[in-house]
Amino acid sequence: MDRATYRSGALAVLPLAAAVLVLGVTFGALAVSAGLTPAAAVAMSATTFAGSAQFAAVGILGAGGAVSTAVVSAALLNARYAAMGAAVAPALHAPLWKRLLIAQLTVDETWAVAWLPGGKVSPERLVGAGLALFAAHVGSTAVGAFAGARFRLDPGAWGIDSAFPALFVVLLRPHLRSRDGRIAAALGAALALLLTPIVPVGVPIAAAATVSLIGLRKP
Amino acid sequence: MTRGWLVVLLVGAATAAIKAAGPALLGGRPIPGALVPVFSLLAPPLFAALVATQTFASGHRLTVDARLLGLAIALAAAFLRAPAIVVIVCAAAATAALRLVAGGSP
Repeated sequence: MDRATYRSGALAVLPLAAAVLVLGVTFGALAVSAGLTPAAAVAMSATTFAGSAQFAAVGILGAGGAVSTAVVSAALLNARYAAMGAAVAPALHAPLWKRLLIAQLTVDETWAVAWLPGGKVSPERLVGAGLALFAAHVGSTAVGAFAGARFRLDPGAWGIDSAFPALFVVLLRPHLRSRDGRIAAALGAALALLLTPIVPVGVPIAAAATVSLIGLRKP
Repeated sequence: MTRGWLVVLLVGAATAAIKAAGPALLGGRPIPGALVPVFSLLAPPLFAALVATQTFASGHRLTVDARLLGLAIALAAAFLRAPAIVVIVCAAAATAALRLVAGGSP
Protein backbone atom coordinates (compact mmCIF):
# COMPACT_ATOMS: atom_id res chain seq x y z
CA MET A 1 0.00 0.00 0.00
CA ASP A 2 1.54 3.35 -0.91
CA ARG A 3 0.56 6.84 0.13
CA ALA A 4 0.11 8.15 -3.41
CA THR A 5 -2.82 5.77 -3.98
CA TYR A 6 -4.52 6.91 -0.78
CA ARG A 7 -4.07 10.50 -1.93
CA SER A 8 -5.41 9.78 -5.43
CA GLY A 9 -8.56 8.36 -3.82
CA ALA A 10 -9.00 11.43 -1.64
CA LEU A 11 -8.48 13.74 -4.64
CA ALA A 12 -10.85 11.78 -6.88
CA VAL A 13 -13.67 12.19 -4.36
CA LEU A 14 -13.23 15.97 -3.96
CA PRO A 15 -15.76 17.01 -6.66
CA LEU A 16 -18.30 14.74 -4.95
CA ALA A 17 -17.32 16.10 -1.53
CA ALA A 18 -18.75 19.53 -2.49
CA ALA A 19 -22.22 17.96 -2.77
CA VAL A 20 -21.62 16.11 0.50
CA LEU A 21 -20.82 19.40 2.24
CA VAL A 22 -24.16 20.88 1.13
CA LEU A 23 -26.08 17.78 2.20
CA GLY A 24 -24.21 17.70 5.54
CA VAL A 25 -25.13 21.31 6.37
CA THR A 26 -28.72 20.60 5.28
CA PHE A 27 -28.86 17.43 7.39
CA GLY A 28 -27.55 19.23 10.47
CA ALA A 29 -30.12 22.02 10.16
CA LEU A 30 -33.08 19.72 9.36
CA ALA A 31 -32.16 17.23 12.11
CA VAL A 32 -32.23 20.01 14.70
CA SER A 33 -35.56 21.29 13.33
CA ALA A 34 -36.90 17.71 13.66
CA GLY A 35 -35.99 17.65 17.36
CA LEU A 36 -32.45 16.23 17.58
CA THR A 37 -29.85 18.03 19.67
CA PRO A 38 -26.86 19.33 17.65
CA ALA A 39 -24.64 16.74 19.38
CA ALA A 40 -27.00 13.93 18.36
CA ALA A 41 -27.03 15.15 14.75
CA VAL A 42 -23.21 15.14 14.61
CA ALA A 43 -23.05 11.75 16.34
CA MET A 44 -25.44 10.35 13.72
CA SER A 45 -23.27 11.56 10.83
CA ALA A 46 -20.20 10.03 12.49
CA THR A 47 -21.76 6.65 13.31
CA THR A 48 -24.14 6.15 10.37
CA PHE A 49 -22.15 7.92 7.61
CA ALA A 50 -24.93 7.42 5.04
CA GLY A 51 -26.80 10.65 4.29
CA SER A 52 -29.99 9.25 2.74
CA ALA A 53 -30.73 6.92 5.68
CA GLN A 54 -30.05 9.75 8.13
CA PHE A 55 -32.51 12.06 6.33
CA ALA A 56 -35.13 9.30 6.25
CA ALA A 57 -34.74 8.56 9.98
CA VAL A 58 -35.00 12.17 11.17
CA GLY A 59 -37.76 12.91 8.60
CA ILE A 60 -39.92 10.12 10.04
CA LEU A 61 -39.07 11.15 13.61
CA GLY A 62 -39.95 14.78 12.87
CA ALA A 63 -43.29 13.77 11.31
CA GLY A 64 -44.19 11.96 14.56
CA GLY A 65 -43.26 8.41 13.53
CA ALA A 66 -42.10 5.74 15.99
CA VAL A 67 -38.43 5.06 16.70
CA SER A 68 -38.83 1.54 15.32
CA THR A 69 -40.19 2.65 11.92
CA ALA A 70 -37.45 5.29 11.63
CA VAL A 71 -34.80 2.63 12.28
CA VAL A 72 -36.34 0.04 9.93
CA SER A 73 -36.69 2.55 7.08
CA ALA A 74 -33.08 3.70 7.50
CA ALA A 75 -31.86 0.10 7.57
CA LEU A 76 -33.78 -0.71 4.36
CA LEU A 77 -32.23 2.31 2.63
CA ASN A 78 -28.80 1.09 3.71
CA ALA A 79 -29.39 -2.51 2.63
CA ARG A 80 -27.66 -1.74 -0.68
CA TYR A 81 -24.42 -1.26 1.26
CA ALA A 82 -24.47 -4.97 2.12
CA ALA A 83 -24.24 -5.63 -1.62
CA MET A 84 -21.47 -3.04 -2.09
CA GLY A 85 -19.54 -4.37 0.92
CA ALA A 86 -19.79 -7.89 -0.49
CA ALA A 87 -18.39 -6.70 -3.84
CA VAL A 88 -15.45 -4.92 -2.16
CA ALA A 89 -14.67 -7.81 0.23
CA PRO A 90 -12.51 -9.95 -2.14
CA ALA A 91 -10.09 -7.01 -2.69
CA LEU A 92 -9.44 -6.47 1.02
CA HIS A 93 -6.39 -8.43 2.16
CA ALA A 94 -6.16 -7.46 5.81
CA PRO A 95 -7.04 -8.83 9.28
CA LEU A 96 -10.79 -9.17 9.87
CA TRP A 97 -11.04 -6.15 12.22
CA LYS A 98 -9.38 -3.96 9.58
CA ARG A 99 -11.64 -5.27 6.80
CA LEU A 100 -14.71 -4.52 8.92
CA LEU A 101 -13.45 -0.98 9.55
CA ILE A 102 -12.72 -0.37 5.85
CA ALA A 103 -16.20 -1.65 5.01
CA GLN A 104 -17.64 1.19 7.17
CA LEU A 105 -16.21 3.68 4.65
CA THR A 106 -18.23 2.14 1.81
CA VAL A 107 -20.84 4.67 0.63
CA ASP A 108 -22.12 5.52 -2.86
CA GLU A 109 -19.38 8.07 -3.59
CA THR A 110 -16.36 6.14 -2.24
CA TRP A 111 -17.62 2.98 -3.90
CA ALA A 112 -17.61 4.78 -7.25
CA VAL A 113 -14.06 6.10 -6.69
CA ALA A 114 -12.66 2.72 -5.58
CA TRP A 115 -13.56 0.93 -8.84
CA LEU A 116 -10.69 1.07 -11.31
CA PRO A 117 -11.12 0.69 -15.08
CA GLY A 118 -11.18 -3.04 -15.75
CA GLY A 119 -13.43 -3.87 -12.80
CA LYS A 120 -10.85 -4.09 -9.98
CA VAL A 121 -11.33 -2.49 -6.56
CA SER A 122 -8.53 -0.44 -4.96
CA PRO A 123 -8.75 -0.64 -1.14
CA GLU A 124 -6.29 2.28 -0.85
CA ARG A 125 -8.48 4.54 -2.99
CA LEU A 126 -11.52 3.43 -0.98
CA VAL A 127 -9.82 4.36 2.31
CA GLY A 128 -8.42 7.67 0.97
CA ALA A 129 -11.78 8.72 -0.46
CA GLY A 130 -13.62 7.43 2.61
CA LEU A 131 -11.57 9.42 5.14
CA ALA A 132 -11.86 12.65 3.09
CA LEU A 133 -15.62 12.20 2.72
CA PHE A 134 -16.06 11.30 6.40
CA ALA A 135 -14.36 14.54 7.48
CA ALA A 136 -16.52 16.55 5.05
CA HIS A 137 -19.75 14.82 6.18
CA VAL A 138 -19.22 15.14 9.93
CA GLY A 139 -17.76 18.66 9.75
CA SER A 140 -20.56 20.06 7.60
CA THR A 141 -23.20 18.40 9.80
CA ALA A 142 -21.73 20.22 12.81
CA VAL A 143 -21.93 23.56 10.95
CA GLY A 144 -25.58 23.00 9.97
CA ALA A 145 -26.63 21.62 13.37
CA PHE A 146 -25.12 24.39 15.48
CA ALA A 147 -26.32 27.10 13.07
CA GLY A 148 -29.80 25.52 13.10
CA ALA A 149 -29.86 25.48 16.90
CA ARG A 150 -28.60 29.06 17.06
CA PHE A 151 -31.41 30.35 14.84
CA ARG A 152 -34.06 28.00 16.31
CA LEU A 153 -35.68 27.07 13.01
CA ASP A 154 -39.27 26.00 13.62
CA PRO A 155 -40.17 23.04 11.34
CA GLY A 156 -43.46 24.72 10.39
CA ALA A 157 -41.88 28.09 9.54
CA TRP A 158 -40.24 29.39 6.39
CA GLY A 159 -41.23 26.38 4.34
CA ILE A 160 -38.80 24.04 6.09
CA ASP A 161 -41.47 21.34 5.85
CA SER A 162 -40.97 21.61 2.07
CA ALA A 163 -37.19 21.27 2.40
CA PHE A 164 -37.47 17.58 3.35
CA PRO A 165 -39.47 16.41 0.30
CA ALA A 166 -37.28 18.62 -1.94
CA LEU A 167 -34.20 16.89 -0.61
CA PHE A 168 -35.72 13.47 -1.29
CA VAL A 169 -36.50 14.63 -4.86
CA VAL A 170 -32.76 15.34 -5.22
CA LEU A 171 -31.87 11.87 -3.92
CA LEU A 172 -34.56 10.20 -6.06
CA ARG A 173 -33.75 11.85 -9.39
CA PRO A 174 -30.75 9.69 -10.46
CA HIS A 175 -32.86 6.56 -9.84
CA LEU A 176 -35.46 7.72 -12.38
CA ARG A 177 -33.12 7.18 -15.33
CA SER A 178 -34.02 3.50 -15.61
CA ARG A 179 -37.51 2.28 -16.45
CA ASP A 180 -37.55 -0.09 -13.46
CA GLY A 181 -36.51 2.79 -11.21
CA ARG A 182 -39.42 4.93 -12.43
CA ILE A 183 -41.93 2.08 -11.98
CA ALA A 184 -40.61 1.29 -8.49
CA ALA A 185 -40.77 4.98 -7.49
CA ALA A 186 -44.36 5.40 -8.74
CA LEU A 187 -45.54 2.22 -7.00
CA GLY A 188 -43.71 3.16 -3.79
CA ALA A 189 -45.31 6.62 -3.65
CA ALA A 190 -48.79 5.22 -4.40
CA LEU A 191 -48.49 2.46 -1.80
CA ALA A 192 -47.26 4.92 0.86
CA LEU A 193 -50.20 7.32 0.26
CA LEU A 194 -52.71 4.44 0.30
CA LEU A 195 -51.36 3.23 3.66
CA THR A 196 -51.07 6.68 5.30
CA PRO A 197 -54.65 6.82 6.71
CA ILE A 198 -54.60 3.25 8.06
CA VAL A 199 -51.17 2.44 9.56
CA PRO A 200 -48.91 4.26 12.10
CA VAL A 201 -46.91 7.27 10.83
CA GLY A 202 -43.65 6.15 9.20
CA VAL A 203 -44.80 2.60 8.43
CA PRO A 204 -45.89 3.54 4.85
CA ILE A 205 -42.22 4.39 4.12
CA ALA A 206 -40.90 1.03 5.30
CA ALA A 207 -43.77 -0.77 3.52
CA ALA A 208 -42.88 0.94 0.22
CA ALA A 209 -39.59 -1.01 0.25
CA THR A 210 -41.55 -4.18 -0.63
CA VAL A 211 -41.95 -2.71 -4.12
CA SER A 212 -38.27 -3.57 -4.73
CA LEU A 213 -39.36 -7.23 -5.03
CA ILE A 214 -40.46 -6.43 -8.60
CA GLY A 215 -36.70 -6.84 -9.26
CA LEU A 216 -37.25 -10.61 -8.88
CA ARG A 217 -39.47 -10.89 -11.96
CA LYS A 218 -37.98 -12.31 -15.15
CA PRO A 219 -36.77 -9.60 -17.54
CA MET B 1 -32.83 8.63 26.75
CA THR B 2 -34.57 10.85 24.21
CA ARG B 3 -36.12 9.45 21.02
CA GLY B 4 -33.50 11.33 19.02
CA TRP B 5 -30.51 9.69 20.69
CA LEU B 6 -32.21 6.28 20.57
CA VAL B 7 -32.62 6.61 16.79
CA VAL B 8 -29.01 7.79 16.43
CA LEU B 9 -27.70 4.74 18.32
CA LEU B 10 -29.95 2.15 16.65
CA VAL B 11 -29.52 3.44 13.09
CA GLY B 12 -25.75 3.66 13.65
CA ALA B 13 -25.59 0.08 14.94
CA ALA B 14 -27.80 -1.26 12.15
CA THR B 15 -25.77 0.51 9.46
CA ALA B 16 -22.45 -0.73 10.88
CA ALA B 17 -23.80 -4.29 10.90
CA ILE B 18 -25.10 -3.98 7.31
CA LYS B 19 -21.78 -2.64 6.01
CA ALA B 20 -19.80 -5.29 7.88
CA ALA B 21 -22.04 -8.12 6.67
CA GLY B 22 -20.36 -8.41 3.27
CA PRO B 23 -16.76 -8.97 4.41
CA ALA B 24 -17.80 -10.82 7.59
CA LEU B 25 -20.31 -13.33 6.21
CA LEU B 26 -19.56 -13.74 2.54
CA GLY B 27 -15.76 -13.63 2.71
CA GLY B 28 -14.92 -13.31 -0.97
CA ARG B 29 -18.06 -14.89 -2.45
CA PRO B 30 -20.45 -12.75 -4.53
CA ILE B 31 -24.05 -12.19 -3.40
CA PRO B 32 -26.70 -14.34 -5.13
CA GLY B 33 -27.32 -12.87 -8.60
CA ALA B 34 -31.14 -12.90 -8.32
CA LEU B 35 -30.98 -10.47 -5.38
CA VAL B 36 -28.91 -7.79 -7.15
CA PRO B 37 -31.90 -6.12 -8.93
CA VAL B 38 -33.85 -6.15 -5.65
CA PHE B 39 -31.03 -4.31 -3.85
CA SER B 40 -30.79 -1.73 -6.64
CA LEU B 41 -34.57 -1.15 -6.53
CA LEU B 42 -34.75 -0.50 -2.77
CA ALA B 43 -33.88 3.20 -2.92
CA PRO B 44 -36.40 4.52 -5.53
CA PRO B 45 -39.64 3.42 -3.78
CA LEU B 46 -38.33 4.53 -0.37
CA PHE B 47 -37.34 7.99 -1.62
CA ALA B 48 -40.61 8.33 -3.58
CA ALA B 49 -42.61 7.29 -0.51
CA LEU B 50 -40.79 9.93 1.54
CA VAL B 51 -41.51 12.60 -1.10
CA ALA B 52 -45.19 11.63 -1.26
CA THR B 53 -45.89 11.39 2.47
CA GLN B 54 -43.89 14.49 3.41
CA THR B 55 -45.86 16.47 0.83
CA PHE B 56 -49.40 15.12 1.24
CA ALA B 57 -49.61 13.64 4.76
CA SER B 58 -50.44 15.48 7.99
CA GLY B 59 -50.36 12.70 10.54
CA HIS B 60 -52.91 10.20 9.19
CA ARG B 61 -54.73 12.68 6.96
CA LEU B 62 -53.97 13.30 3.30
CA THR B 63 -54.06 17.03 2.55
CA VAL B 64 -53.18 19.39 -0.25
CA ASP B 65 -51.50 22.54 1.05
CA ALA B 66 -48.66 24.95 0.31
CA ARG B 67 -46.17 22.07 0.36
CA LEU B 68 -47.50 21.00 -3.08
CA LEU B 69 -46.12 24.21 -4.64
CA GLY B 70 -42.78 23.47 -2.94
CA LEU B 71 -42.78 19.98 -4.48
CA ALA B 72 -43.60 21.32 -7.96
CA ILE B 73 -40.73 23.82 -7.73
CA ALA B 74 -38.38 21.12 -6.41
CA LEU B 75 -39.26 18.75 -9.28
CA ALA B 76 -38.77 21.50 -11.88
CA ALA B 77 -35.41 22.54 -10.40
CA ALA B 78 -34.18 18.96 -10.01
CA PHE B 79 -35.02 18.06 -13.61
CA LEU B 80 -33.24 21.24 -14.78
CA ARG B 81 -30.21 19.75 -12.98
CA ALA B 82 -30.00 22.54 -10.42
CA PRO B 83 -27.58 21.88 -7.52
CA ALA B 84 -29.11 20.28 -4.41
CA ILE B 85 -28.98 23.46 -2.33
CA VAL B 86 -30.85 25.42 -5.04
CA VAL B 87 -33.59 22.77 -5.24
CA ILE B 88 -34.06 22.76 -1.45
CA VAL B 89 -33.98 26.54 -0.93
CA CYS B 90 -36.34 27.24 -3.88
CA ALA B 91 -38.86 24.66 -2.61
CA ALA B 92 -38.83 26.04 0.94
CA ALA B 93 -39.05 29.65 -0.31
CA ALA B 94 -42.01 28.85 -2.61
CA THR B 95 -43.96 27.21 0.23
CA ALA B 96 -43.19 30.07 2.63
CA ALA B 97 -44.13 32.70 0.01
CA LEU B 98 -47.46 31.02 -0.77
CA ARG B 99 -48.36 30.87 2.94
CA LEU B 100 -47.44 34.54 3.32
CA VAL B 101 -49.62 35.51 0.33
CA ALA B 102 -52.48 33.35 1.66
CA GLY B 103 -52.31 35.35 4.89
CA GLY B 104 -51.01 32.72 7.30
CA SER B 105 -47.69 32.56 9.07
CA PRO B 106 -44.78 31.70 6.76
